[in-house]
Amino acid sequence: MSEWWTYRPSDFLLFAPRTYYRLFELYNTEVWPVHIVALLAGVTILVLMRSHAPWSGRLIAAMLATCWLWVAWAFHWQRYATINWAASYFAVGFAIEALLLFWIGVVRDRLRFNTNRNASTRIGVAMFVFALTVQPLLGLLFGRHWLQLEVFGVAPGPTVVATLGLLLAAKRINWIALPIPLLWCLLDGATLWVMNAADAFVLPVLAIILVLLSTFRLSAARR
Amino acid sequence: MNGKIHQASPLASASRRTLLLSLATQAASSFLIPMNASAQAGPVLTRPIPSSGEALPVIGLGSWITFNVGNDGVARDNCAEVMRNFFASGGRLIDSSPMYGSSQEVIGHGLGKLMKAGLQTPVFAADKIWISSAARGRDQIEMSRQHWNLRRRFDLLQVHNLLAWQEHLPMLLAMKAAGQVGYVGITTSEGRRHREFEQIMASQPLDFVEVTYNVLDREVEQRILPLARERRIGVIVNRPFREGELIRSVARHPLPAWAAEIDCSNWAQLLLKFIVSHPAVTCAIPATSSVAHVRENMGAAYGRLPDESMRRRLIAYVEKL
Repeated sequence: MSEWWTYRPSDFLLFAPRTYYRLFELYNTEVWPVHIVALLAGVTILVLMRSHAPWSGRLIAAMLATCWLWVAWAFHWQRYATINWAASYFAVGFAIEALLLFWIGVVRDRLRFNTNRNASTRIGVAMFVFALTVQPLLGLLFGRHWLQLEVFGVAPGPTVVATLGLLLAAKRINWIALPIPLLWCLLDGATLWVMNAADAFVLPVLAIILVLLSTFRLSAARR
Repeated sequence: MNGKIHQASPLASASRRTLLLSLATQAASSFLIPMNASAQAGPVLTRPIPSSGEALPVIGLGSWITFNVGNDGVARDNCAEVMRNFFASGGRLIDSSPMYGSSQEVIGHGLGKLMKAGLQTPVFAADKIWISSAARGRDQIEMSRQHWNLRRRFDLLQVHNLLAWQEHLPMLLAMKAAGQVGYVGITTSEGRRHREFEQIMASQPLDFVEVTYNVLDREVEQRILPLARERRIGVIVNRPFREGELIRSVARHPLPAWAAEIDCSNWAQLLLKFIVSHPAVTCAIPATSSVAHVRENMGAAYGRLPDESMRRRLIAYVEKL
């Protein structure tokens, strides 16, 4: 792209805000009642995080990977790509993240959780609960119709935040699984920002919190 | 001929083919699709395409952002209604690009829907080629044609933002020579790559260029528009309202009383008439998904146009706001 410095973020926005939110509305209507399955999966993950069962980490990773794969296929590939050609690349990114989570958690069993809660575990769990319960309702706060709300395991935003929460809460930080969710936080924030959406700050702020806490954990572990 | 606005008898000196095309335009706008009751009286203002003399209404319809509505059936039908009103108001040129998401398919949906309703659309189909691979250029054009639901060739194909123009332009010119496209051009927007743009204009047999021009973004007045006149190249103007930002900022202020002297009843018409009154400009392509707005925009294709002193007056007025 020549003269790249002359481009503004808004030059990359291919659709109107109304179209973007309608996309969620139509998607939610079409895939219902997948939301219930996804929310049940979220609650199950929360329960499993407190479990001592040796297979709990594997099951959590499998459910999370399935959510990423679903969002890659049903949201990005089948729907978002109809208004944003870049979404086909997002779908690939989300599918890669699904594979990474499967590899880390299911194959290598490296997504295990502390039963004694330190600060980063607590914040990680709080992020997961936020993604499951509060984040979907933020849309209402910012004037969106309830049919346009984003739900964990169905829409990218809460799925990404929940994953970041789990990665932060895990016994060890799986750095390899972080770049794609963090990148999505930036992309989501930029998209909402150029649409003048009031909730544009949410994902970037959560990403910053996660990076700071993960870095703090790493430096504390080295001391 | 380039630069003259035509009204009742747009093509007194044009060729027979051009005259027939002009008559088809008039017929399509006034007979095949019923004119809006709200449309202004008098003939639609047209400009001749410099390379052929074919008359083109001075207001077209862009599809950037506004027609990219994906598979939303309600929004698609709304866009079809925008198109119906556009044609009914005398419009012809619709512009799109493979870069615009689902816009091409939405145009195709609209054309199909209007045809099913028994309305023959006088569309002047303008699309672009936007792919870095030279080898896949023809495939992309064919895909675009299918998206548009066109059973004939494109009227105009342009190289979008000069992407791989060295490869695509010879191919488009060959297609034109073979009768597979009516006209050929290149595009840019927001003042990018103007030096290179000028060099292509000076060296290649182009029918059209597409550039950004409006009451605040007037850089093209310096070199590109004069060059277009000199080389007899038609000019399509994109982003006439700066993607709506310009119209939102001026709409807070009262329309100057002298707007009535050039038959403008709203800001959209005033801003569009500024553009199409430049003698080098063939057509402006405001994009909208609103029926009310397309009607407003098409009002700029009727009545009187500003002269040079009024154009300067408008610039001064808007720059003060």
